[in-house]
Amino acid sequence: MSEPINPVSDYELHAYVDGELDAQRRSEVEAWLAINPEARSRIADYHLIEDELHAHFDPVLYEASYIETRPHKNVTASLARAAVMAGAMLVSGFTGWSLHHLTDDVVASPALQDLVRPAAFAHLVYAADQRYPVEIPAFQQASLNNWVKQRMHTDINAPDLSTEGLTLIGGRLLPSTNRMAVQFMYEDNNHERITVYVRKVDDKNIATEFRYVAEDQLQVFYWINAKMGYAVIGDQPASRLIAVANAVQASFRI
Amino acid sequence: MARHAQLLEQYIPHLRRYARALMNDVEHADDLVQETLTRALGKLRLWRINSDMRAWLFTIMHNQFVDEFRRVQKRPDRKSLEDDGVQEPVSTANPEQNLRIRDIEAALRQLPVEQRAVLLLVSLEGLSYMETAKILDIRIGTVMSRLHRARAQLCHLMDGAPTGKVRSIRSVK
Repeated sequence: MSEPINPVSDYELHAYVDGELDAQRRSEVEAWLAINPEARSRIADYHLIEDELHAHFDPVLYEASYIETRPHKNVTASLARAAVMAGAMLVSGFTGWSLHHLTDDVVASPALQDLVRPAAFAHLVYAADQRYPVEIPAFQQASLNNWVKQRMHTDINAPDLSTEGLTLIGGRLLPSTNRMAVQFMYEDNNHERITVYVRKVDDKNIATEFRYVAEDQLQVFYWINAKMGYAVIGDQPASRLIAVANAVQASFRI
Repeated sequence: MARHAQLLEQYIPHLRRYARALMNDVEHADDLVQETLTRALGKLRLWRINSDMRAWLFTIMHNQFVDEFRRVQKRPDRKSLEDDGVQEPVSTANPEQNLRIRDIEAALRQLPVEQRAVLLLVSLEGLSYMETAKILDIRIGTVMSRLHRARAQLCHLMDGAPTGKVRSIRSVK
């Protein structure tokens, strides 16, 4: 350090601590520090503050986070939705956020609000349920179909998806926004589940082609036809889900 | 989009740490993070790919914090964010450790919130002056002066002994 050293300002001491100096100035400051014990002690203090901050607040990084499961105090419409969904997803981690994102995206369309969101929500609630995933099990399929027919006043039978390697577990009726909906649940050999969700869509003008919304792991394939909305939901790869959705669509066309 | 949402999730612990240090209240802090995430997810498509998502999230959080802070200040019926009691530290075996912990928290609370934010972004979150300036929407010179004042104040409040032993905050007042 033979070159002359420019005076080191207060701010430069901070910049030194925070790694904001270039290599040249850094070594100059170090040389200057070597002969300035007072400045060295200030720098030690700055480091100490940093250490204290980390010692105190770093544990937050590793804390279990309940952010996604806690209802919010300042409930706005979107937060209320998030909270309602999150409440049912204690185990599924951040899927709630992804789903919330999804609903934000599709929120503009009432049909999608009536179909996509409740379908995805119902999937999250029941597909994760090991004990009571369905209300009427597959071995009572006739009762299930009959029940759906009576309550929803339409002939909706659980599609046979055995060609897709899916076994019907059963189904249930669900309240949906201002309507009833039916959810059929299927399982593959790996016990991974896919649900099929069907309900009336009030706006008769709406008819959609096959569409899907994919967010993280959860995917919703849906279409609306003749005032009926259909959705196929799962966290399988899109290629797999779309094959299933095609089979479902074909079975309801018949 | 899905990948972006995943990317976002990895910053949640950092957002929580910053919020906790900024607000010194677990519930308020997590509320802030939750609102930040809600906002961020709502406008995830506005996030420019390859730009720094962490800085983007901290910016959203800062704006959220400022909004909330102003709102609370205007409401006399509600406790100010600043008035909340010191969170009892998580129990640790070492009593001196507890003393230290309480004191860095108490010392932080003595700082004006603008200084606290700068200090935490730089010293806790390890952000550069440039990033900090962008997040807080201030000039780099302002970052440096606030940092200087924040550290000077903290050094004043803490005696800086290597053991971390600090004087009582009250006695300094």
